[in-house]
Amino acid sequence: MFAHQKSQANRDVGEKNTVKFAIIVNEGPYTHQASDTAYQFARATLAKGHEIVRVFFYHDGVNNGTKLAVPPQDDRHIPNNWAQLGKDNNLDLVLCIAAAQRRGILDEKEAKRQGKETDNVIDGFRISGLGQLIEAGIQADRTITFGD
Amino acid sequence: MSEDMQEEAEGTVKKFMYVNRKAPYGTIYALEALEVVLIGAAFDQDVSLAFIDDGVFQLSNGQNTTDIGIKNFSPAFGALGDYDVSKLYVEKESMDERGLALDDLMELTWEDEDDDWEEKPSIHLVSREEMKTILGNQDVILSF
Repeated sequence: MFAHQKSQANRDVGEKNTVKFAIIVNEGPYTHQASDTAYQFARATLAKGHEIVRVFFYHDGVNNGTKLAVPPQDDRHIPNNWAQLGKDNNLDLVLCIAAAQRRGILDEKEAKRQGKETDNVIDGFRISGLGQLIEAGIQADRTITFGD
Repeated sequence: MSEDMQEEAEGTVKKFMYVNRKAPYGTIYALEALEVVLIGAAFDQDVSLAFIDDGVFQLSNGQNTTDIGIKNFSPAFGALGDYDVSKLYVEKESMDERGLALDDLMELTWEDEDDDWEEKPSIHLVSREEMKTILGNQDVILSF
């Protein structure tokens, strides 16, 4: 369904008007609206047929990648929503490793390396270095920051 | 990442500006911004830093964090010159509003290899109007 939307949008705006976005999320879920707004922006971007080269989560933004969040059932599930959007659209969702480590967000490999009992990164996110943020800025036509 | 994306990333030089708006302590933004700058220096981009609002306090000299139990990371600014990060634009109005003068800031320098390695100041006081122009000339703005 997305592939159809994309080709439709591209026909409307013309290939050359497809914009490559890098999205940076600097705040955690629920306390701050930044992650919600970034999520809505990402959906709108894809619906218009544009490209997202990467979503990079920094500062408390790394908490958006936890698989241990249990929000009330009548509320949105921010980490799951991101993971689903990433899965549906093959997005590169990256948690900064330095920011993640100091906040206790560890994938399986890091948890093992640090001798921790458990890992807590949701499927669909990956942990990597700050270089991924700079690289996204180089590759994207527009880099958009969501945060304070 | 696909190979053509990788090739595209290499060789591209963009104007990156890191905008520092917050005090050095109280929140982690300033410290983590500096971590991005230091990592980003390896990418051979055209890098500059802006300091506005409470961000100007990040460059205060004589920072002492002993009593708050948080690491004083300000010495790391002194290493920026060695990473070829030599353009630090500090907004004059933000300084004035906080009663700060150039003397209150760290002395940060870089060595100009095109000028017999002469030591030159990295900090440039610019007006709010000039800052607007500088920001307008950037390709990528990362705001902290």
